[in-house]
Amino acid sequence: MPDTVLTLKDVTLSLRSNAGLVEILHGISLDVTKGETLGLIGPSGSGKSSLLMIMGGLERATSGTVSALGRDLTAMDEDALAQFRRDHMGVVFQSFHLIPTMTALENVATPLELAGVDDAFDRAAEELKAVGLASRADHYPSQMSGGEQQRVALARASAPRPEILLADEPTGNLDGTNGEAIMDLLFGLRDRHGATLVMVTHSRELADKCDRVIRLTDGAIDQAALQAAE
Amino acid sequence: MSLKTAAKFARRELRGGIKGFRIFLACLTLGVAAIAGVGSVKSAIQAGLSDQGAVLLGGDAEAQFTYRFATEEERAWLESQSTALSEVTDFRSMVVVGEGDTAERGLTQVKSVDNAYPLLGDMVLSPDIPLSQALDGTDALPGAVMAPLLADRLGIAPGDTFKLADKQFHLSAVIETEPDDTGGGFSLGPRTMVRTTDLLGTGLLEPGTLFETEYRMLLPEGTDLDVIKAEAEDRYRDTGIRWRDSRNGAPGAARFVDRMGAFLVLVGLSGLAVGGIGVSAAVRAYLSRKTSVIATLRTLGASRATIFQTYFLQIGALSLVGIVLGLILGALIPVVFAPLITASLPVPAMFGIHPAPLFEAAIYGVLAALLFTLWPLARTDEVRAATLFRDAMAGASLLPAPRYIVATGILLAILVGTAILFSGDALITLWTAGGLLGALIILALAATLIRYVARKSVKAMRGRPAWRWAMGSIGGPREEAASVVLSLGLGLTVLAAIGQIDGNLRSAINRDLPDVAPSYFFVDIQKDQMDDYLAILNADSAVSRIESAPMLRGVVTEINGIPATEVAGDHWVIRGDRGVTYANELPDNTDIVAGEWWPVYYTGDPQVSFAAEEAAEIGLELGDKITVNILGRDITATITSFREVDFSNAGMGFVMTLNANALQAAPHTFISTVYADPAEEARVLREVASAFPNITAISVRDAIDRVSVLLDGVAGAVRWGAAATLFTGFLVLIGAAAAGEQARTYEAAILKTLGASRKRILLSFTLRSALLGAAAGAVAIVAGILGGWAVSTFLMDTSFAVVWPSAFGIVLGGLLTTLLAGLFFAWRPLAARPAQVLRARE
Repeated sequence: MPDTVLTLKDVTLSLRSNAGLVEILHGISLDVTKGETLGLIGPSGSGKSSLLMIMGGLERATSGTVSALGRDLTAMDEDALAQFRRDHMGVVFQSFHLIPTMTALENVATPLELAGVDDAFDRAAEELKAVGLASRADHYPSQMSGGEQQRVALARASAPRPEILLADEPTGNLDGTNGEAIMDLLFGLRDRHGATLVMVTHSRELADKCDRVIRLTDGAIDQAALQAAE
Repeated sequence: MSLKTAAKFARRELRGGIKGFRIFLACLTLGVAAIAGVGSVKSAIQAGLSDQGAVLLGGDAEAQFTYRFATEEERAWLESQSTALSEVTDFRSMVVVGEGDTAERGLTQVKSVDNAYPLLGDMVLSPDIPLSQALDGTDALPGAVMAPLLADRLGIAPGDTFKLADKQFHLSAVIETEPDDTGGGFSLGPRTMVRTTDLLGTGLLEPGTLFETEYRMLLPEGTDLDVIKAEAEDRYRDTGIRWRDSRNGAPGAARFVDRMGAFLVLVGLSGLAVGGIGVSAAVRAYLSRKTSVIATLRTLGASRATIFQTYFLQIGALSLVGIVLGLILGALIPVVFAPLITASLPVPAMFGIHPAPLFEAAIYGVLAALLFTLWPLARTDEVRAATLFRDAMAGASLLPAPRYIVATGILLAILVGTAILFSGDALITLWTAGGLLGALIILALAATLIRYVARKSVKAMRGRPAWRWAMGSIGGPREEAASVVLSLGLGLTVLAAIGQIDGNLRSAINRDLPDVAPSYFFVDIQKDQMDDYLAILNADSAVSRIESAPMLRGVVTEINGIPATEVAGDHWVIRGDRGVTYANELPDNTDIVAGEWWPVYYTGDPQVSFAAEEAAEIGLELGDKITVNILGRDITATITSFREVDFSNAGMGFVMTLNANALQAAPHTFISTVYADPAEEARVLREVASAFPNITAISVRDAIDRVSVLLDGVAGAVRWGAAATLFTGFLVLIGAAAAGEQARTYEAAILKTLGASRKRILLSFTLRSALLGAAAGAVAIVAGILGGWAVSTFLMDTSFAVVWPSAFGIVLGGLLTTLLAGLFFAWRPLAARPAQVLRARE
């Protein structure tokens, strides 16, 4: 029986907005196994990004439990969650989220430094080379194109060799060519390092590259779609 | 057409409200309010002095003579012009309490009056008795009243007796209020008041002794003050008469208020400059946010001029709001605090809305707003349609187009010109402007250097993430570092410079001066007392040096036949009467820098040797003729030499020395400086005073104490002004911290995502604040010390040594201020949930 790296049980999420309390997720239960690539699809506002954030401990579930690699994320405080991500997770966002005051190399080196890696910058340089950006190491995010920024973000996420890679519409802000290149890199990295990949996407084509696809509708897993897939 | 379109665009954009402009408005408002407030207080005092001019002067008009009473003819004319006349004399003397070795002595400014005094206002005494009753004294002794300070110092109270010269007086009361007290300006001795008739026979009002007589007049209703002044001066031009009227009842106080007000406005301008940096940063941040709008407008065909005008109009409208708010605050705050301010002022003030200072503040506000928003606005030129999805401002060039640089130069020149016009003192204004500009340049260079060093040290900080992030943030592409260093640095620089100037002036006066200054000035030594006087002091082993010279007082009335005021304006040498001496031979230690000293026992036409520095200031040359009125007689002397005169060591210094033959026949006394062992000073004074009761001793130590007290008040006012500047700097700092909060929140969210703990992120935020604060403080020390050195050396001619406690206080202040602001604005970024922050950016 394959190892489970992520387990969600009856997870709900409610957020307060100007219009009042909004229920984003309703009773999500889900297991993700080691080495699996899982695609999360669904229409806008269905809660897929929120679900990904909960998996990464970036958002706190209103109720239910979330465990990753056997650790209960819902019982951890902010700093413990940060430390857990540092040691086990890499996250890639649609809007790249590079630190604007750091160069590409420094951005990639940051999680390695946080993990206390001695040769953080050498390894970061290797990662940049791997995504084809060795020559842009000293450039700030504002000096790079969207495609380049996302490649830096990919390098940053994979540099600490995380067991879990979370990607939130990594090609959403990119054109077709750049998007394809990023996906090739993302899947390549996953294959090379054997990480578990959970990816939110709008693209059916991308989802088809995943081992498993879950469709979310109105904050819940679309059981019909799940059964159809099975 | 373009302007109309721009106005339409501007109006639409302003619908978004003034979010992001709070610090902009606060900076401009505070700067304008400070200047308007200082100006309003100054105008209130000026209005008070003008309104109470007659009371302060003691009458509608006053005729003043030096050394003598009015002649019968003069007095008759004064009486014929007035409805009431009062004669007052004013001179320095010694009050003696007790006898022999235990006698207490105190310097006093004696005012002797007649029965008509005071013509205006009320003399309030304690116990509350009429002045006439107080001066009547007892059957045995004439009466006197005295300032409480002097009575306390001498340990006497109403009912006790004291001596002036060798005459005994009964102290009837102490003075609570003297209506014409502020008219005399700064005096070294507290007041003693007696009747003039009671001084007869004391030797204190003999020809040649130093006294002034003032004839105060009440004039008939409708008297034209100009006409009567012209007639008096015309009639008594050659008699040394000095005429004043109620329009300028307290010229010393008016001049002081004028100078102090002008100086504080200049300090206020430095506040506006600090605020200007905040204004500039706010406009830059606003336009940066508007990049996509500008690019879109470009795409739709808007010209660069239209874009510039659109934002110029918006910023202009907001500037006007800030300026108007500042004017309202500056006008109202003095009115609201009028009772408090009045209570702490020694002069009358009439608070109300005074338009002139508001106009001045508005002009400064407009010029500062233009000056500090022009460059950021000029950057709109650089936004092109193609930059719609790029960080357009990041790649912008350092300098704007040449036309903007020229316009900035012109605006700067207008601002400095306006400040010179309003302050009336080109030298101080140019020094202030130069200092501010110099400090800004130093700070801008320092900010660039700090960012460069931070960027370069990022590599060295590898392995220490909190340090590396801090360095990366300071050296990175955002402009927060420059804004903080410039604004806080400039505020701290002003404070540092004032601290250095104040510290050095104090040490020059309190520490250095007593080492070189004499112990006492003895004045009013009669010619026939000189031999005995010198014999006593020469025989005293505690006395190391005695210098003495004949002294007369004279008023410079003409220079080369032209009224002196027309040639020399308001120069201190021609203001009031000056000490004049005579000599046959060149005195020891005297350096002639131009011309030649007259032959010994020269008996030809009068010649004068003039102080070189003052001559240069007035524009005198060898061969010029100076007319000095001494004892009512005009003496015209030719300048035949210029001498170095050092007034800085508080020794004897005469601006004018005439050949002996020109003056020695006139009644006069001698002045003498005595340098004695500080431990023996009291004994020396006792012996001289016992031997010569008419001689007045002025203790230099006491005079220094008085100057120190005066300096405390001035320094206090200036420090308040500087504190306002620093407060503006703090506002800009808050603005920069607040503006950077969003960025820090974002950064914290990413760092948390990557695994950073809150402690580590807080450490990084703390580090960058502390480093920037320390850098701003350190640069401020350098700039402040430079400024303090320049002012001490070139303006005040005093030696300079760095006042380290003040300097370190500045760095510490800078560090703590930025740290506090940084920590305050770190709270929200640390508390924010990463998911929410990052999602908001998607």
